[in-house]
Amino acid sequence: MTENPTASLVRLRLGGVRDGAFVIVIEGRLDSSTTGKIWRQATEAVARAKARNIVVDAGAVDYCDGSGIALLVHLRDLQYKRAGQLEIHDLRADFQRLLDEWDPGDLARLESRRPPKTNLAEDVGRAIVGFWEDIRSLISFVGELVSALGRAALDPKSVRWRDVVRIAETAGVNALPIVALVSFLMGVIMAFQGAISLRRFGADIFVANLVGLAMLRELGPLMTAIILAGRSGSAFAAELGTMKVREEIDALKTMGLDPVRFLVVTRVTAAVVMMPLLTVFADLLGLVGGAVVMRSFGIPVITFYHQVQYQVTYGSFVGGLVKSFVFGILVAAIGCLRGLQTTTGASAVGESTTRAVVSGIVLIVVTDGIFSVVFYYLNV
Amino acid sequence: MSADREAIIRVENFTAAYDGQVVLENVNFEVFTGEIFCVLGSSGSGKSTLLKHMIGLYQPAEGRILIEGHDIASAQGDERLQLLRTFGVMYQSGALFGSMTLLENVSLPLEEFTDLPPDAIRLIALMKLKQVGLESFGDLMPSELSGGMQKRGAIARAMALDPRVLFLDELSAGLDPVTSAELDELVLRLSRSLKITFVVVTHELPSIFAIADRIIMLDNEVKGIVALGKPEDLRDHSDNPRVRQFFSRKASSES
Repeated sequence: MTENPTASLVRLRLGGVRDGAFVIVIEGRLDSSTTGKIWRQATEAVARAKARNIVVDAGAVDYCDGSGIALLVHLRDLQYKRAGQLEIHDLRADFQRLLDEWDPGDLARLESRRPPKTNLAEDVGRAIVGFWEDIRSLISFVGELVSALGRAALDPKSVRWRDVVRIAETAGVNALPIVALVSFLMGVIMAFQGAISLRRFGADIFVANLVGLAMLRELGPLMTAIILAGRSGSAFAAELGTMKVREEIDALKTMGLDPVRFLVVTRVTAAVVMMPLLTVFADLLGLVGGAVVMRSFGIPVITFYHQVQYQVTYGSFVGGLVKSFVFGILVAAIGCLRGLQTTTGASAVGESTTRAVVSGIVLIVVTDGIFSVVFYYLNV
Repeated sequence: MSADREAIIRVENFTAAYDGQVVLENVNFEVFTGEIFCVLGSSGSGKSTLLKHMIGLYQPAEGRILIEGHDIASAQGDERLQLLRTFGVMYQSGALFGSMTLLENVSLPLEEFTDLPPDAIRLIALMKLKQVGLESFGDLMPSELSGGMQKRGAIARAMALDPRVLFLDELSAGLDPVTSAELDELVLRLSRSLKITFVVVTHELPSIFAIADRIIMLDNEVKGIVALGKPEDLRDHSDNPRVRQFFSRKASSES
């Protein structure tokens, strides 16, 4: 090797008219790094020549690879399209052989195979059908999942508990640090923000009500669920998606193993067990955050504790746990569904992962809204 | 005949090891310009390891690998880029980028490494696809292609910049005999018309006899080459039991 590709390696010049044909002379090296330098020039030369007969004198071409051949074929076709003639003279025999693989008009035939263009109406139609199909697959997946969970409940031995424990560890135990950090800071932030307003009325002590109620009823379950969606919903989708791409899901099916029972039930079970536990942990850390801030404002921890104990009902705590239980099912199930829906290809797994997190968060927020209304009417 | 031929790849005292575990030891051979050179051996004999070192993905534990006189492992910056452009690689699974159409896959190296105008790139990519018989499938995504088509597409992409050497990993693995024969045919045609040097990793006997000018056979017990030469000579005259076993397709218990 290696010839340093520079512009001076190839040259194109017009050779005037010889024997009634317009002559274009190409000299030097025609390879993938040099051909680009004369491509436009050559195309224009042929277009401007407006001659019936054109001759490309390639006698001084000392190297020519696929790109060079492409240029020569392209020029010949340009001329061919307007019923003219273009001959390539004196090309070295071994390059000529490459050129001979192409008949005039070959490229035009290749070019004519442009992809059909879609229009807006078609795109909108496809999007709507896609949305409807997504909903249908969601419904049928819920059905499969419920029946698989029902069977698992009737016959607990059929559940692969070892997998459940492994998943519970990665999705639950390993999430403790981030849940701790986020909920502690939530407690701290809420207490600070609340104290700014309440202090003006000398009502600092009610910060305890604020932090206690908000954490236990709302933020504890919500934040934990969002963390679960980001950490584990995405992981489920990526894992199942990769299995789908690698045909492992098909392998399960042909072995007579139901992927929903084998993969989804274990994950949903693990998430359902871990979510309430994580939520209790998050509630506690949130209260600790609030207590720390209150302590800095001169309210003793024991006072904060009593205030929370008297003001926050047992119902709020249990309501939060019920929510977290439902969020756990939703996040795990949607993560698994998106994983199973993965098409083929490397980008497909990324797509499913994104969809798992987005759908997970949407479901969490919508369900939380429904819970608020239900709890309101139940006076919880 | 081979003595007077020019070597395009030289493997000198090459040793490969993963985490101190030696896979290949003191391997020496040459690949001559324009030949179809097959690397064969049973699973785990180090075929893919050798290939991955030859294309510069891994550093040799000892020795060196020269492509057109340049050491691929120690080349840096522009020299490495120039060297990488001298060869193309078809990976075992094709490794076409799943987020691009077949045509975009083939166009990618041309867009990145040449200053050809876009319509020229499209033309050249289409010509490459025509050479592998896929000109009507340019707008499909790799996932919409069959295994054999993906491999042919990968060959087209490897050829985009007109390399002088093509490395093909497991050319016919997992393909039916007809598709596999078509690929052999394709390799022969490209070798004849474009004068490309081929290094093909394979263990399919029919494929070896159809295309190979010379072969080396690797073995995991020797951790190196057990045979080097023309396939017919090795089949008919080798006295190495491992080689005879390979060509007669016998399990080791029978030999």
